[in-house]
Amino acid sequence: MLIRRRSDIPPSEITPQGVWRERRRFVRAAAAAGLVVSAGRLAAQDPAAAKLPGKASPLSTMEPVTSYDLVTNYCNFYEFGTDKDDPPRHAPKRLKTRPWQVAIEGEVRSPRSIGIDELLKLAPMEERIYRLRCVEAWSAVIPWVGYPLAELIRRVEPTGNAKYVEFTTLADPKQMNGLGSRVLEWPYVEGLRIDEAMHPLTLLAFGLYGEVLPAQNGAPLRLVVPWKYGFKSAKSLVRIRFTAKEPVNSWQRSAPQEYGFYSNVNPNVDHPRWSQATERRLGEGGLLARRRPTQMFNGYGDQVAALYAGLDLKRYY
Amino acid sequence: MSAASRPLLPFASRVPPVLAPKSFARLRAVLFVAALLPLARLVALAAGDGLGANPVEFVIRSLGTWTLVLLLVTLSVTPLRMATGWAWLIRLRRMFGLLTFFYGALHLSAWIGLDQWFDAAAIWKDIVKRPYITVGAAALTLMLPLAVTSTNGWVRRLGGRNWQRLHRLVYLIAPLGVMHFWWHKAGKNDIGEPMIYAGVLALLLGIRLMRWVRNRYGSVDSSANNSSTVSLRRTS
Repeated sequence: MLIRRRSDIPPSEITPQGVWRERRRFVRAAAAAGLVVSAGRLAAQDPAAAKLPGKASPLSTMEPVTSYDLVTNYCNFYEFGTDKDDPPRHAPKRLKTRPWQVAIEGEVRSPRSIGIDELLKLAPMEERIYRLRCVEAWSAVIPWVGYPLAELIRRVEPTGNAKYVEFTTLADPKQMNGLGSRVLEWPYVEGLRIDEAMHPLTLLAFGLYGEVLPAQNGAPLRLVVPWKYGFKSAKSLVRIRFTAKEPVNSWQRSAPQEYGFYSNVNPNVDHPRWSQATERRLGEGGLLARRRPTQMFNGYGDQVAALYAGLDLKRYY
Repeated sequence: MSAASRPLLPFASRVPPVLAPKSFARLRAVLFVAALLPLARLVALAAGDGLGANPVEFVIRSLGTWTLVLLLVTLSVTPLRMATGWAWLIRLRRMFGLLTFFYGALHLSAWIGLDQWFDAAAIWKDIVKRPYITVGAAALTLMLPLAVTSTNGWVRRLGGRNWQRLHRLVYLIAPLGVMHFWWHKAGKNDIGEPMIYAGVLALLLGIRLMRWVRNRYGSVDSSANNSSTVSLRRTS
C-alpha cells in the first residue's frame, strides 16, 4: 500500500498576516458600526480587547500560524473546567483582569507588588511566533505579544540565593468555576531554573494575534516557555517568587511518575500513557492528517540545549 | 400469586411480557437506528468540518464512549427483564452486543488507521508498553469470539450450555473496558466520568452476583429465584 505523507500546507493556503489583520480590523469596525449584532468572538473579548501590537522578532518561526479560532477555543485552563471548550465558555465572562497585581517575592532586593498597567509599560512589546507543544501530543503555532521575562527579572534584582523562580496562577473561587475539581491542588504553581527564566526565549506574554490576551489564554499576563511542554507556561500570574529551592510544580505534585520539573519537549522520553515521538498540529488537514515528528526541545535546541549540558534528560524529564 | 412474582417496577405491568411479532420488530428497528445515531453524528460532523481542533482524537474518543455505553446497555438487558417481567427484552440482547462490538471495532480501527497510520511497530509498542491500551486491546480481542458465535447456528453447534459458558466472557470484557477508560483518565485524576461507568457496571454485575448467591445457597421463597420463569409470572 502506498501511503503518501502529506506535505506541509502550501503557502498559497496561508492567509498572509496583512490580510487577516485587515480582515479583523474590518470585523471590528463593522461591529463598532453596529453592522454585526453579535459576533461571539468579539463579544467574548474583554472591553480591553484593545490592540496590542508588537515589533516583529527574529526569534519568530516562519511556520504558518494556527488560526485564532483554534488557539482561543481549544484551551487547557483547568481553573475554568477540564474540557478544552470550558475555558472559552467560562473565562471571558468570569475573569476580571483589572485591577491586577503581581506580587514579586522571595530572594529579590526589592520585593513588591506591580500593577498590570505598569507591567505593560515595563519594556517594549515584541511579537514572537512560537511553536507550542502540549504534553498531550498536540501542537500549535501562536503569535504571542510580550517581552522577555528577563526584562522584569533584571529590574527586581534577584539576590545571589535566587536559583529558581516560582510562578503562581490566580485561584479565586468567585471567578473560577473549576476550582472545585480535585484534578489538581490550587493554586496552580509552575517553576523554572533562574537561567531558564532569564533565557531570551522565555516570554512574559500579554497578548496574541496583536491583541490583548483573551481570558481563556491566560489574561492578563502569562508565561511562555516554547521549548517546554505547554503546562509549564503558567497563565494569569499573580505571584512570581524567587527561591533557593526547586519549586514543586502542580503536575509534579499531582502525578510525579508522569510529570517532572523540567518537562522539556523530548521525543525520546515518552509519557507513561502515550508516546511523545509525534504530535498533531491543530488545524492541520482534518481526519486524514498524519502526525508530525516532535522535535527535541520543540525545535529550539540550538538556543537552549546548552542549558542542559551534562544533565540526564531521561532522568530529569 | 406470591408478592415476589410481581414485577419490581410498578409501570412494568402496562407493557405485556410478550409482544406481537410486528410490534417487536418495530421496536427493534427503532432501537437499532437510535444506536447508530452517534455514528451518523460523527459522519455528519466530519462532512461539515465540525470535529473541532483535534478531529482524530474527537472521533476515537466518541467511538470509545459509545462502545462503553452500548456494553452497559447490553448488560442491563437481563436485570431489566427480571425487574419488569418483559420477556421480549432478551431478544434485543444480541443486537446490542453486536452493536457494542461494531463501535469497539470502529474505535480500534480509527486508532490504528487515523491515529497510527497502520504503523505496526508503533501500535505493538503501545499495546505492550501502556497498560490502558493493553486492557483495551484485550477487551476487544475477547469480544471477537463472542461476535463470531452470536448466530443461531453457533449456538446450536456449541450447545446452549457451552455457548453460555463462552459468553460469560463478557463479565471479564466489561471490567477491562471500564479499566481502559479509567486508566486513560487516571493520570489527570479526572475520574469523574469513569466512576459513573464503573458504578453502573458494579450495579449490573452486583445484581447478577446476588442472584447467583441466592440460587446457590437457596432462599425461603424459591419461586422468586428462577429467572427462567419470569416470562410466565404474569400469566400464572
